[in-house]
Amino acid sequence: MKKLLIVTTALVGVSAAAQAQELNVVSWGGAYTVSQVEAYHKPFTAQTGIKINSIDADNPAAPVKAQSEAGNVSIDLADVELSDAIKMCDEGLLEPIDPATLPAAPDGTPATEDFVPGAIQDCAVANIVWATVIAYDKTKVGDTPPTTVADFFDTKKYPGKRGLLKAAKRTLELALYADGVPADQIYEVLGTPEGVDRALKKLDTIKSDIVWWEAGAQPPQLLADGEVVMTNGYNGRFFAAEVGEGKPFGTVWDGSYMDYDLWVIPKDAPHKEDAKKFLAFSTDTQRLADQAKWISYGPARKSSNALVGLYQDGKTEMAPYMPTNPDNMKSPIWTDPTFWADHDTELNEKFNAWLAG
Amino acid sequence: MTDATTDLATGPITTNDGRPLKEALAASLAVRRRRAFLLVAPLFLFILISFIIPIGQMLGKSIYNDGFSSHAPALAAWFDAHPAGSAIDESAYVALRDDLVAMKKDKTAGEAGTRINYDISGTRSLFTAAARGAEKMQPPYMDAFLKLDKKWGDPNVWRAMRSASSPFTMDFYLAANDLKRNEDGKIVSVGEGQAVYKKLMLRTLVLSLEITAICLLIGFPIAHLLATLPMRKAMLLMIFVLLPFWTSLLVRTTAWMVLLQQQGVLNDLMVWLGIIGDDGRVQMIYNQMGTIIAMTHILLPFTILPLYSVMKTIPPSYVRAARSLGATSWTAFRRVYVPQTLPGVGAGGLLVFILAMGYYITPALVGGADGQMISNLIAFHMQKSLNWSLAAALAAQLLAVVLIFFWIYDRLVGIDKMKLG
Repeated sequence: MKKLLIVTTALVGVSAAAQAQELNVVSWGGAYTVSQVEAYHKPFTAQTGIKINSIDADNPAAPVKAQSEAGNVSIDLADVELSDAIKMCDEGLLEPIDPATLPAAPDGTPATEDFVPGAIQDCAVANIVWATVIAYDKTKVGDTPPTTVADFFDTKKYPGKRGLLKAAKRTLELALYADGVPADQIYEVLGTPEGVDRALKKLDTIKSDIVWWEAGAQPPQLLADGEVVMTNGYNGRFFAAEVGEGKPFGTVWDGSYMDYDLWVIPKDAPHKEDAKKFLAFSTDTQRLADQAKWISYGPARKSSNALVGLYQDGKTEMAPYMPTNPDNMKSPIWTDPTFWADHDTELNEKFNAWLAG
Repeated sequence: MTDATTDLATGPITTNDGRPLKEALAASLAVRRRRAFLLVAPLFLFILISFIIPIGQMLGKSIYNDGFSSHAPALAAWFDAHPAGSAIDESAYVALRDDLVAMKKDKTAGEAGTRINYDISGTRSLFTAAARGAEKMQPPYMDAFLKLDKKWGDPNVWRAMRSASSPFTMDFYLAANDLKRNEDGKIVSVGEGQAVYKKLMLRTLVLSLEITAICLLIGFPIAHLLATLPMRKAMLLMIFVLLPFWTSLLVRTTAWMVLLQQQGVLNDLMVWLGIIGDDGRVQMIYNQMGTIIAMTHILLPFTILPLYSVMKTIPPSYVRAARSLGATSWTAFRRVYVPQTLPGVGAGGLLVFILAMGYYITPALVGGADGQMISNLIAFHMQKSLNWSLAAALAAQLLAVVLIFFWIYDRLVGIDKMKLG
């Protein structure tokens, strides 16, 4: 079956016979990809002469899995979430990564101790810590801006449409948190049918006011267009709109959903060795700190934090916008990759059924 | 008959070189046929390789999934030797352990677990966790597994493993119809909160029929105008029809978003005219209405063009003759004109209906929650959940529904009466 697919795809000419000295890197697009191009790709090309093709995807894990399934992999490196990295590693789709190949911190601390806990996986290395947060339009919420997830669900106090990610993951957690479940018990509750019902019931209260989004670039757009007064989205995207473009946005850090983005190399990547070189290069202390110059995601190395200073405009202090800032991280919901590997089928089906109902 | 008479009269007719005429004719025809076949062979091969084989393979995935079976040979052998209903004894757990050790080595526990997880939610980590510990396990394995996780004793898990130990399965068609197997292997409906596919299939049908009807209602007068106006004006009008037709689908969809959204052009205009207040802006997009409006606009040329080409060939003298024989203009239109346009109505309607059934980009962008169609869920399973088998089963059903409508159309109108241009 797989062989036939290979033959047919090759025959219709989609075969990805990429040339040497090139890397196909898939990431999430928008302001995030810009930060990677500026901090990783350009210096890497300057140093090694290897050209990098940056490709955008709504979720880079999907094309990796699809290409592996079809037996025709053209991706060398992909930027994926923690749950997808672990899941794909379990399925044998990824190249194992030896932590010893990662550069040590400038002060000599080995990489295994320099990275934050969980950032180095069997087949993946994190570059950032990021958060899904709620942002609002300051001009539309009156004198008392929202500060909690409960405010997000309160359409009486803050009338107007809400933007939410059209997926079970993150949405169900947010609903339970708004309904009063403490952040560290959310997956326990969500693991029961009653917990799922409770989350959906909470979502029911604002269902008719929700505008659903799918790509990470959409929420700042919806907010800027005035289609919604509040929406969840990736904190770096809101930062880029707020600081980079001067939009009147504010952020609710309550109940922020924390995750890593990790580099993975597909097992059948066409340029594996160059990809490994790039991975080591882009996750060194300086590169991770450089990325924070472009977008407000926390570097995955402790040693990078000291080097994070100002935004590329030369005057905005990055610290208040970082999801890893203690002031912002009072009640984080840390993603549970095992939970989602187990329950995504069922919960997505329930979510889709609820959505269609 | 003629052959026989000529035979009787003069014997077989031969060509100049003495071969029987019939034979020579057949030979020359065969050469021509072969040449004609060679001419279409590239196209035929192209369609076969780029269309029929991949689609066939994809649809094959709906009944074939070796995610578990290819990694669990020992269990498959045990299931073969022990028919359904036999007790799960130590020998079964030995087979399970053997397979898990191999899975750990090949890193395939996730894949096998994913296949069982389609059947019973929450069992994927059962496999990945057990594979990690399988090598160190001490016999008796039954106790070792049960100590690891009580779920290993669950007859439902064993039922699912037995069913998945053969790569051929109807499970995905069950799932595509909101059905599943219970512990005894009986087919039951999934819970109320989980049933989604049948509802969406029905909605897809209803929306497609609605869009087809609206397209015909709007397209008929336009096509009529195009066919009857003087050439110069008709050409101008034709450009208005074709211009959006040549524009990218995404551009047209995004344009509708700009027009229809709550802070969009249309709402702004209505607020400015005082028809609605600023707080009473109408929600025209990110719901079913958005899907219908955008899809009708995008599919409209597909009704207008076949209608136009048919109407163009209708001689105006027929309607004039009817009028001169005393018919009112309505009767003449209804009984003389409309019947002659039916081949165009049929072609345009069928084309739009079939296209609408498979649409997914537009509903995904402007459909919000209640404007989604079954194709959006197929895309979801293709791109996000990566349950290609379920996507294939849903697609096969969609194809079947379209073919059924095609068949009904053929019986009612006759496919030979369809005229595309």
